[in-house]
Amino acid sequence: MRVWRGDASGGDFVDYRVDAEEGEVVLDVLHRIQAQQANDLAIRWNCKAGKCGSCSAEVNGLPRLTCMTRMSTFEPGEDITVNPMRTFPIVKDLVTDVQFNYEMAKRVPPFRPQRRDPDGKYRLQQEDIERVQEFHKCIECFLCQDVCHVIRDHPENAEHFAGPRLFIRYAELEMHPLDTNDRSLLVQEKMGLGYCNITKCCTEVCPESIHITDNAIIPMKERVITKKYDPVTRLREKMRKRRLQLQAEGALPERTKLRRARALADTVRDGGSTGTGTD
Amino acid sequence: MAAYETHDFDVLVIGAGGAGLRAAIAAADAGARTGLVCKSLLGKAHTVMAEGGVAAALGNVYPEDNWKVHFRDTMRGGKLLNNYRMAQIHAQEAPDRVLELEEWGAAFDRTPDGLILQRDFGGHRYARLAHVGDRTGLEMIRTLQHQTVQRPVEVFMECTALRLLKDGDRVSGAFGYWRQSGAFVLFRAKSVVLATGGVGKIYTITSNSWEYTGDGHAMALRAGADLIDMEFIQLHPTGMVWPPSVRGLLVTEGVRGDGGVLRNKDGARFMFDYVPEMFRSDTAETEEEADRWYTDHANNRRPPELLPRDEVARAINSEVRQGRGSPHGGVFLDVATRLPAAVIKKRLPSMYHQFMELAEVDITKEPMEVGPTAHYIMGGVRVDADTAASTVPGLYAVGEVAGGMQGANRLGGNSLSDLLVFGRRAGEAAAEYAAGLGSDPPAVNEEHAEAFARWALEPFEREEGENPYEVHEDLREAMQTNVGLVRNEDDMKKALKEIMVLQERADRVAVRGSRVYNPGWHTALDLHSLLTVAEVVTLAAIERKESRGAQTRDDYPGPDPEFAKVNVVVRLLGKDLVVKQEPIPVMPEDLKELVEQ
Repeated sequence: MRVWRGDASGGDFVDYRVDAEEGEVVLDVLHRIQAQQANDLAIRWNCKAGKCGSCSAEVNGLPRLTCMTRMSTFEPGEDITVNPMRTFPIVKDLVTDVQFNYEMAKRVPPFRPQRRDPDGKYRLQQEDIERVQEFHKCIECFLCQDVCHVIRDHPENAEHFAGPRLFIRYAELEMHPLDTNDRSLLVQEKMGLGYCNITKCCTEVCPESIHITDNAIIPMKERVITKKYDPVTRLREKMRKRRLQLQAEGALPERTKLRRARALADTVRDGGSTGTGTD
Repeated sequence: MAAYETHDFDVLVIGAGGAGLRAAIAAADAGARTGLVCKSLLGKAHTVMAEGGVAAALGNVYPEDNWKVHFRDTMRGGKLLNNYRMAQIHAQEAPDRVLELEEWGAAFDRTPDGLILQRDFGGHRYARLAHVGDRTGLEMIRTLQHQTVQRPVEVFMECTALRLLKDGDRVSGAFGYWRQSGAFVLFRAKSVVLATGGVGKIYTITSNSWEYTGDGHAMALRAGADLIDMEFIQLHPTGMVWPPSVRGLLVTEGVRGDGGVLRNKDGARFMFDYVPEMFRSDTAETEEEADRWYTDHANNRRPPELLPRDEVARAINSEVRQGRGSPHGGVFLDVATRLPAAVIKKRLPSMYHQFMELAEVDITKEPMEVGPTAHYIMGGVRVDADTAASTVPGLYAVGEVAGGMQGANRLGGNSLSDLLVFGRRAGEAAAEYAAGLGSDPPAVNEEHAEAFARWALEPFEREEGENPYEVHEDLREAMQTNVGLVRNEDDMKKALKEIMVLQERADRVAVRGSRVYNPGWHTALDLHSLLTVAEVVTLAAIERKESRGAQTRDDYPGPDPEFAKVNVVVRLLGKDLVVKQEPIPVMPEDLKELVEQ
């Protein structure tokens, strides 16, 4: 197995001859190298079950979880090359600095739920929650970020491009049946949704088979277009969110809320601006 | 003198699984300056691997469920050795903590009425586990992670705590190192919450990840805290057994909760032969009754496959020993003949994926091969039930590192709820304690910090020495062989001797390379926690001369009523580990009645 060894200042591939046993995955072999030949070989891993998304690397050039890449998928004796994810700065060997993703996550406006039903419960239909659950499957392996050419080939974009992982985070919040926050214009204007030209590389490498492009990015782009270029929709949406927000904060008594909602709806029909009640 | 950076906090939380995150949220909300130390990246801690669900008597599927029934089930599952007050608080508060997660955006599966759906699990009388398919832990950790980063909590990712610092009797902080740079870091903290998880890496066959090296247990012990119930290590009955590379990997109890059954090589549902007296009146006598129960709990009794985990693990072990196991030394877990393929893929997606990818087994067509795997330690730091405070002022413990809540055996789903209930309580109590110190904060003794740093760097100074990975492997073998599912005094004394030898070897470990992200060095340091915990577990197991819950001894095969009244307590006096039996808290009459129902 050829493993990239080195740090931020540079490095090269090192060849290790090592046996693989039945049923093993690439991470098993890396562990054997580490235990027997190179104690200081840096690998990031946790669950070894495809659930935590720590052991991402590039195996024969393909972004993979090393714990889910079986040795039996290679020919006996075939050279196997393992190098760190290329998009992120190297810490050491196969470990990269993925802090970028956590910084971008901090910038996501929080989930802000509607109020509960009068009996203290939320009622949601399974089919509505399933749309959100698809995105919640994300294990934050950051392989989609690694493969995305917007940052892989143009590191300068990283300042204003959140990347596919964060786009599904925005999508899951926007599509959550209880959420009242609006993030769609932020995604377009500050998070670089427009840079994505739908090559679907992210979808292809996702170990959780999340349809990142079709189910998250494209619907988000459509929302943005609707919001940005249709003034009536934009206004109505703003008012809806504002109303839900006030309701969530318990700021409006039920009757005022209804009256105000009706007044706003009338204004929208007239095509005028209310001047109040929107933000 | 070794260099280190310094940070100041009111509350320092060590560990960022469900318990640590919930504690950090509570501490920050209480106004404390809060730091969160996390051995891996944020969101990768062991909670992420939890599968089946979080237990809470919401009563959404069975309105007759309530905290009293949950309390009863928990106590019986724990063979009545639980701290009753913890079990009570847990059962009472779990529903609110689950609803809180929902309000924070967790997307639980729903009932037809739109409420949170609940699934059946071993030892729970009613369907009680709120879940997201079979990846509930991921949902929980992500929800808590998002809540944490929205608050003013300072997160230290890939940072390992080595030792607690003290000022007289009181905790004053912690000392550790950054994994990425190898640089040391000193935390001055008025209070410390330990949320470091478990100890599974003292065994060869375990469902636990590399992080589970018992750091918190060892740090607490060295800081003067009591450890209780350390002999009770839960063997999850269903770990994967084949291929060897995934041996021990968890197969969720949800498979059985949703209808899967255990069979031996002759195809027999052997669990009917292993129903203990305590659970006989709750358990079906025929396969027909058991099968009817899934759709009609009121008129039928539960299948024996859903007995508590200790019972099922022992039964599997017995079948294998009597030559009725599967080809690779387990038994068969069959869901393929029980549920339609589409339902299996919908309810158990990650199990389907895991077996398909790692074992080339299609669980909608073939049975799985499973066997017991070290999963969870019931024992841990002795804490006050209401505040999670240890016996050391300023030190709190929560989740798997705390003892008492789960007694001699934990029910599935009771860990995720434990994390939330006591995580919140610990964070609030630690913040309150810190605020109460006022103008009298504890001081840090920098000489202690420097001594820890010098000690930590010793492996780099040895030209030749032991390979840390080999020492670790030998420890795991020794514990697996001698302090495993079925124990006896001779084997365990052998283990103690081996641990002594391994401790000497650990002191001779040599590490090559730099301090930058050096897993050889990290392993060399982890060895000291692992060896300490292994010794404590073995001493406690020898002291409890009976079989109860997760402890099975072939030299004392039955339960002993005298041991029903005591916890085994281990503490450090000077350099010596002292083992004692101390009485368990006595349950008030009204709670006793609930348990006996």
